[in-house]
Amino acid sequence: MKARVHITPKPGVLDPQGKAIRDALASLGFDGIDDVRQGKYLELELEESDAKRARAAVESMCARLLANTVIEDYWIELEAGQPESARG
Amino acid sequence: MRAAVVIFPGSNRDVDVIDALAAVGGRQPIVVRHRDTELPDTDLIVLPGGFSHGDYLRSGAMAARAPVLSAVSACAKAGVPVLGICNGFQILTEAGLLPGALMANRDLKFVCRDVHLRVERADTPFTGRYAAGQVIRVPVAHHDGNYHSDADTLARIEGEGRVAFRYCTPEGHVKDAANPNGSINGIAGVYNAARNVLGLMPHPEDHVDGAQGCSDGRPMFESLVEHLS
Repeated sequence: MKARVHITPKPGVLDPQGKAIRDALASLGFDGIDDVRQGKYLELELEESDAKRARAAVESMCARLLANTVIEDYWIELEAGQPESARG
Repeated sequence: MRAAVVIFPGSNRDVDVIDALAAVGGRQPIVVRHRDTELPDTDLIVLPGGFSHGDYLRSGAMAARAPVLSAVSACAKAGVPVLGICNGFQILTEAGLLPGALMANRDLKFVCRDVHLRVERADTPFTGRYAAGQVIRVPVAHHDGNYHSDADTLARIEGEGRVAFRYCTPEGHVKDAANPNGSINGIAGVYNAARNVLGLMPHPEDHVDGAQGCSDGRPMFESLVEHLS
């Protein structure tokens, strides 16, 4: 099962790279962008086939290593397979 | 003083701090590696600067999960002084031994120059040879030194007097113009609650001898020697 982890700076945490990207987009003529936040994206190939257990494992990975929850938020997507509820 | 210096793949300021500890403490520190699970009998642990594990994921993130950190954490909880300099500071925050986090510098530039610091208190194992309010000059060399914490944590750190050093002008004024990286409240270093763990971004080990142009960092090591004697 594939897990996709998105990590972004928390709201209110300074993101100078996001600001620089916004300014560069504006210089290319892309107006109307209020804010850009730059984060990280990770793909994990898991041996686990049970969605519930996979999500619990990736949650734990995020809390313990992948994200620094002092400054970052994260969210997890599991590759569409059977719905989690159906897998128990 | 029996000091241990913990080295990770990518540590590169270990030699400077080993020299400083040997020069001031009169004894060669013991070198410990990241995969070690036990520390020698030691009364000071130092995590030096560098780019451990290439700063992958986040500065200090990999090193903070290395086997040796469990031993460092146990010693810290037992009251052994732990000093994290630059990347060592990042590692200590990532390991949860110090509050907050170190983010990319506000202007996204690597800053390598001398800065002035105000010593916030002189009653800790690391600062006994300074005076509270004293201004010292030491170098910084970092890209990720922008100290951040949430508002509640910041209020707790400030309320408990756990700020060790703040970036300031040569006259001792903490102001934005003297802040090299955007750190909140000008914070350059913080203590844990028991004040036996200190993390700071600047490099006191590089100002211990007049030949380095300044010796304002030397009293930190003298303070530790005095505290441990």
